Amino acid sequence: MSALAQYAEGLERQARQRGLDYYPVDFEIAPQSLMTEIAVYGLPVRMPHWSFGVRYIHQLVRQSMGNSKIFEVMFPGDPCRAFLMDSNSLAENALVTAHVLGHADFAKNNSLFARFHEMSGGNIVEQAAAHAHRIQRAINEVGVERVESVLDAALALESHVDVAGELHRSRYPEFVAEKQKPRRSAFHKRFDSLPGEVEVPDAPTGQLRTAIPPHPEYDLLWFIAHYAPDLELWERDIFLMVRAESLYFYPVFACQIMNEGWASYWHARLLREADFLPQPTYLEALKAHSDVVRPFAAGEQTALAVNPYHLGFTIWERIVEKHGLERAKEVRRDEDDFGFIRNWLDRELAEEAGLLVYEEAVDGEIKVASRDVAAVREAILAPKFNYGAPRVAVIGMSADGSLELAHDHAADGRGLDAGRARQVLGYVRRMWRRAVRLQTVDERGDKIELAA
Amino acid sequence: MVRIAAETPWYELFSRGARDWLRHNQKVRSAVRESLPDLLSGDDVISKPTNRTVMVPVKLLEHARFRLLDPSAQQGAGQGKGEPGDVLRPARDDGPGSQAGGTANGELRFVVEMKIDEIVDWLWEDLKLPDLQPRRAETMDQPDYEREGWDKRGARSRLDRRRTIKEAIKRRSVQEDAVAISNDDLRFRQLVKRPTPSTRAAVIFALDVSGSMDEGQRRLAKQFFFFALQGLRRQYAKVETAFIAHAAEAWEFEEAQFFQASSSGGTVSSCAFELAGELMRTRFDAGRYNQYLFYASDGENAAEDRSQAGVTLRRLCETVNYAGYVETGGVATFRPRDTQLAEMFREVQAQGLPVGMCSLAGQEDVWRAIREFFSCGTREERERAGAIR
Repeated sequence: MSALAQYAEGLERQARQRGLDYYPVDFEIAPQSLMTEIAVYGLPVRMPHWSFGVRYIHQLVRQSMGNSKIFEVMFPGDPCRAFLMDSNSLAENALVTAHVLGHADFAKNNSLFARFHEMSGGNIVEQAAAHAHRIQRAINEVGVERVESVLDAALALESHVDVAGELHRSRYPEFVAEKQKPRRSAFHKRFDSLPGEVEVPDAPTGQLRTAIPPHPEYDLLWFIAHYAPDLELWERDIFLMVRAESLYFYPVFACQIMNEGWASYWHARLLREADFLPQPTYLEALKAHSDVVRPFAAGEQTALAVNPYHLGFTIWERIVEKHGLERAKEVRRDEDDFGFIRNWLDRELAEEAGLLVYEEAVDGEIKVASRDVAAVREAILAPKFNYGAPRVAVIGMSADGSLELAHDHAADGRGLDAGRARQVLGYVRRMWRRAVRLQTVDERGDKIELAA
Repeated sequence: MVRIAAETPWYELFSRGARDWLRHNQKVRSAVRESLPDLLSGDDVISKPTNRTVMVPVKLLEHARFRLLDPSAQQGAGQGKGEPGDVLRPARDDGPGSQAGGTANGELRFVVEMKIDEIVDWLWEDLKLPDLQPRRAETMDQPDYEREGWDKRGARSRLDRRRTIKEAIKRRSVQEDAVAISNDDLRFRQLVKRPTPSTRAAVIFALDVSGSMDEGQRRLAKQFFFFALQGLRRQYAKVETAFIAHAAEAWEFEEAQFFQASSSGGTVSSCAFELAGELMRTRFDAGRYNQYLFYASDGENAAEDRSQAGVTLRRLCETVNYAGYVETGGVATFRPRDTQLAEMFREVQAQGLPVGMCSLAGQEDVWRAIREFFSCGTREERERAGAIR
């Protein structure tokens, strides 16, 4: 039995004692090349698309500059799948194993994770590989260009899913119930009772067809998959695959700070309490811990980003210290990053962690804008709203079948980047096969309509 | 519950990332191909024609997503010391032009290396010399070898392996204890000599290098000649070329010097036409060659040369298959009327002689001009198209 397997067993025993509760975890030692691909694709085997190639090159450049080391990646599920980098030292692997146990506990118990787990089943790695296989079959059948244009559209809209909705969502009901007649006002009642006034019976309206969409529809992938007039089955299949994977990624996205913080809290605690670890191994692991959980790179005074490991770790330590482990587990169950940051990041902690809001002017000058905790919270959360994407909704289909989209610029605070938006509309148009229009505002706040 | 799997070596075997990166590069190449004429205007292509590749700098393709407009000031959350108002990073002290670096915000750029041959192939895909006609007189006695039939004997290099194996299989299917391959199985491709009508062409490039042609105009003309020449070379195995530059006098040049030639002084275009005519008569006999003339000038010609040039040009145009006139003029040059040379060419064209004209205002016109001259097909095709219209 390898040393790592021994440590893993010990760590797990401890984790159980501390009340961590998780699905089994399959560990796999993977080479650098696979770890890089996981970082790029988000999954070990995923559909091919040229845009991943671009990210891959960026990732290689980052790695060659040495500031992006991946220790592990974990995919929640039943069982969870964890990949450890083969160049990790034994001590690093001990740390990473404990870290993964923290993630596994989080993924089973956090309600957001649990809901998505229930919807999509616990085997995303296999599912994604099956998706990739189906897409490869489609490529063999219809050619790479056609499949690519479907993926262009679907992946561009990847974040435009309804995260509050269901994975398997049925179409709108075809008919709506008859409309309720407005209640007659007192004036109308009196008017009707005037002499000579004949009561006109209302013509029965019968069933009414639902307008499509009946309300602004933010789940663009779902809407196009189900209502695009001439979408072929294999194209719809691809849209729904992308949507399923996107929904799977949402809890990871929406709980990043909590999740990484929770895992960091537990790897620190499990290692601290691991009396079976030899002293040098423990020290080395501790060093790896402090490299991961630090606010800025060595030798720096400030960072223009918040390290989620550090921030999450700090907040969790405080919660456990002040309110006890049981309360912490409730927080772990109930919150996502929005609630976690707003409810648990207080002024004292923000000061302790040195959190700040900065502002970058057009000329590249960066200033500290604020240290107010409310401003800090919003700055941390701003990139997380609406799955990180602008709020774009389908508002209707015209008589000629063209698609009408609207950007909720009031909620987002400003308009869309018109050049990129036009490109996306171009992708969508090829799927919709008819004109596609989008309302937004320009730099001055004037309404504009983009079309493709 | 924790299971640690052994290493799975197949992960190294196949890189999905590299696959998608190659696909990206393919897309870049086809995008570059579509905008080739714009990219090719760089001078380095011409100045180093021996260098058989060009480096085309391209940006990585971006897969667009809906994104908000850039705010006037970008906000973000950070960590560290500092009070509100403290400067964390000073403004870039951009001198003018320092933006050209373009790598400040970490944007990746890369260059695609493209073979000139490949580019010219793309450009010339559907272009050909106008009015090309077979000249039978001499070429019939310059036969070509053609493949015809197979034999059991022949040179080793002409062994047809597929046929040989087929023979061997046939033999083995009827023999008992057959050897794998015997001498009887060998099949060699045979060649026969067969005269083929060839389409020989001679192209004369004439350039006005007088003082009135400024550097930019000369460069435009040379670019046009360069791409026309490269294309012709690829399209026709046997294209003969001659290069003439003229100011008040005309000289014949070697190709290499021609692209460097410059001069000053007045313009007497008749001398260039005369020299071209002489070359056509002596070197490129009309019975053996399809004759082409391409002439580039800014259109200004000495007034006293007007009639002389007109006469020589007409004489020349009567014999050649096609004459193309390229007029260079900067965008700034606004001319209400045709220049003298343009007028002359127009007269010749009006007489029904095979003449085409095109003007080059900027680099983007070079490719348009080439298209115009070389996509027109034969005279009959043109006339047919005209009749239909």
